[in-house]
Amino acid sequence: MLTQIHRVTQNGGLYKRPFNEAFEETPMLVAVLTYVGYGVLTLFGYLRDFLRHWRIEKCHHATEREEQKDFVSLYQDFENFYTRNLYMRIRDNWNRPICSVPGAKVDIMERQSDDYNWSFRYTGNIIKGVINMGSYNYLGFARNTGSCQEAAAKVLEEYGVGVCSTRQEIGNLDKHEELEKLVARFLGVEAAMAYGMGFATNSMNIPALVGKGCLILSDELNHASLVLGARLSGATIRIFKHNNMQSLEKLLKDAIVYGQPRTRRPWKKILILVEGIYSMEGSIVRLPEVIALKKKYKAYLYLDEAHSIGALGPTGRGVVEYFGLDPEDVDIMMGTFTKSFGASGGYIGGKKELIDYLRTHSHSAVYATSLSPPVVEQIITSMKCIMGLDGTSLGKECVQQLAENTRYFRRRLKEMGFIIYGNEDSPVVPLMLYMPAKIGAFGREMLKRNIGVVVVGFPATPIIESRARFCLSAAHTKEILDTTLKEIDEVGDLLQLKYSRHRLVPLLDRPFDETTYEETED
Amino acid sequence: EKEELIEEWQPEPLVSPVSKDHPALNYNIVSGPPSHAIVVNGKECINFASFNFLGLLDNPRVKAAALASLKKYGVGTCGPRGFYGTFDVHLDLEDRLAKFMKTEEAIIYSYGFATIASAIPAYSKRGDIVFVDKAACFAIQKGLQASRSDIKLFKHNDMADLERLLKEQEVEDQKNPRKARVTRRFIVVEGLYMNTGTICPLPELVKLKYKYKARIFLEESLSFGVLGDHGRGVTEHYGISIDDIDLISANMENSLASVGGFCCGRSFVIDHQRLSGQGYCFSASLPPLLAAAAIEALNIMEENPGIFAVLKEKCKRIHKALQGISGLKLVGESFSPAFHLQLEDSTGSREKDVKLLQEIVNQCMDRSIALTQARYLEEEEKCLPPPSIRVVVTVEQTEEELEKAASVIKEVAQEVLL
Repeated sequence: MLTQIHRVTQNGGLYKRPFNEAFEETPMLVAVLTYVGYGVLTLFGYLRDFLRHWRIEKCHHATEREEQKDFVSLYQDFENFYTRNLYMRIRDNWNRPICSVPGAKVDIMERQSDDYNWSFRYTGNIIKGVINMGSYNYLGFARNTGSCQEAAAKVLEEYGVGVCSTRQEIGNLDKHEELEKLVARFLGVEAAMAYGMGFATNSMNIPALVGKGCLILSDELNHASLVLGARLSGATIRIFKHNNMQSLEKLLKDAIVYGQPRTRRPWKKILILVEGIYSMEGSIVRLPEVIALKKKYKAYLYLDEAHSIGALGPTGRGVVEYFGLDPEDVDIMMGTFTKSFGASGGYIGGKKELIDYLRTHSHSAVYATSLSPPVVEQIITSMKCIMGLDGTSLGKECVQQLAENTRYFRRRLKEMGFIIYGNEDSPVVPLMLYMPAKIGAFGREMLKRNIGVVVVGFPATPIIESRARFCLSAAHTKEILDTTLKEIDEVGDLLQLKYSRHRLVPLLDRPFDETTYEETED
Repeated sequence: EKEELIEEWQPEPLVSPVSKDHPALNYNIVSGPPSHAIVVNGKECINFASFNFLGLLDNPRVKAAALASLKKYGVGTCGPRGFYGTFDVHLDLEDRLAKFMKTEEAIIYSYGFATIASAIPAYSKRGDIVFVDKAACFAIQKGLQASRSDIKLFKHNDMADLERLLKEQEVEDQKNPRKARVTRRFIVVEGLYMNTGTICPLPELVKLKYKYKARIFLEESLSFGVLGDHGRGVTEHYGISIDDIDLISANMENSLASVGGFCCGRSFVIDHQRLSGQGYCFSASLPPLLAAAAIEALNIMEENPGIFAVLKEKCKRIHKALQGISGLKLVGESFSPAFHLQLEDSTGSREKDVKLLQEIVNQCMDRSIALTQARYLEEEEKCLPPPSIRVVVTVEQTEEELEKAASVIKEVAQEVLL
């Protein structure tokens, strides 16, 4: 059985460092077995639904009120088929409640289910010291001690918790101004603006920047917030294959040459939406090529660095620094404070005109509450620490520790024989599971061994490519990583997860086909 | 030839330049906490602009609870609810909110705007019909846009207009019964409207609901913690059973003086959002210190149900005091803590109106009364309300301060407008 690893390497001197990304193809036998597995589950699903309908089996889920039984039903039966029959079986792997700081080790509240996951009961026990491979804590700032926490506590005492007003009215505190100046300095751009929620940053600012008559070129695997923002803007959306520069170039050429679909008028603006690190694949965007294309075709680039800010680059400035590029080339740099800074919220950085425009036209500045002051202080302190402005070298050490952890972890997993997706330098490590039964089994086995992992299946990933996703952190010491690796090894043998065939077939790029499609808003 | 086309094409600039004196460009800078005595642009004022209805922004108990949570959990949650981002504080808060509102379940979001904007598209999809009031706030409008449903606007608080639309829909249904059987209908209203300060006629709405088989989504951002004997909102105010409302959504940024929002209702309705609410599944959860602050605020609300009557009293007082100002008319109910002062005769151009009102606001600030204009995105709103000054009443304002505010506004209005 021929398996191919599509290995992508340097491309024409744009890259100053080797770009090693690998997506090993699914072995055929595994793919077939996965489909069979889902087929069996679907059959059982229909059987159970039938039994529930005829009341042979007890119906556990909530039902509509008696008075409203003759209203049009709120949910379509088919919509929830997947939830009722597949998701419910392995529901205990998600929404695990914790009761401590989400650092390298975490305390999970134990849950028991007496009726096959339809309802949970808390036993009152707490599983202590579970190794946390699921939280987005890249630089280890999720701490309840230390300078960040002390500063945040002081600001809480002084300012209180809420703000109760929007930025444009009376909710613009001096702390927000301080934060924005610092963010601009951190990114190396002229100005920046901060918002209360990372998801909302995308969904509220993309509509402010583009509208009808503009074109958005968005990557296949973009996050829900980018997709929602693009849809709300009313522009035409075209999707290019994940990280595939030929696909993007073709779309750009066609767009400029043929113009808008029916009227053939030229497009007003073209906006390319990409992410720094894609959280489900672990791949890093091919930024040098994207910037070269953007300059050639005069498009605008919107870079969402939710996962890559703080995690990539020698001083943690993100994917732009990782590739050694100029931050001025990226028109709109967006990111979130949730992952590497241990707080919450999002920001957008760019030229001063852009930020002035957003201050007046962003939906969030007019209608949504501004950031809470202790959260702002946490961001300020952690950012100063990463930049080294607080006088210690703690920031630099964290960034380096994360890079070392990433390299080590990925190398060891590959040696063991697992299929790992993504770029060698990305701290997000997806380990392929494929089969639906293994999703549940992997999650539960790892929890038995005191390691908390995140497993994802459909619909967040394509139906046969379910995976376990590890998020590495600078807070993980080598002992923690070694323990984890040992346990993964055992579980991998137990569940037969070591699919990798390691046969190298050098190819320039993943092939793509002509299926690009267009989505217009009414 | 294609190369030439590529060379020739010039895009528009990414953003149009913003003039330096755009009214919204230069924000007021507040130094220090936005509490009752607020320092805006260096001037000390009494705060009549932040939505701190119950005065919980400065409350030491709330701060202490948040501090304890900060010491235990740190600041951020580093993950969405599905992936180790669910803390026991979140579960606690959801439980408390459900018990307080006397519903089966509640779900919390980390951002007030995202609450209703994610809740509506989770239930209403393409092909469904939503009847919404013209004065609905921007978050509702964005939720409706994301849902891609058919939107039918009815005149503000006009039940006859709504009934007319519902009747028309019924006629359509007779023509195509198969389609009608799968088209869901929703009515989206706010308890106290942010844009006008008026209350929705909930008893009539419930009657229409059962007559025409539409579900009601009630947005209670302004009325939660304000109306009703115990602060449970507009359903308690009218004495309607809470089960009649399918979904109540509110943000915790007004009375509860925290950040975030919640939806509450029956489990049948709320549980769906745990997998299909975009702002819930794809976004990091609420920082635990904010959740702890909200729990403590709820405790305070439950312990002193007397503050709601006090707030109502103060609202009525200032409402009476601000009647009859020459040039400004008061828009809003007498018990609404956030109401608007609009120009009686508009100058004809919105820009001039905005400038006049800003002049009034600036002068009031010089005399240490902090007010603000109600801000809107002019190009994006479906039904743009006229420019106005928003006055907010809180429990912390004393009677002298209320009197002073009323007289200052009267004086300034006289000077500027005549």
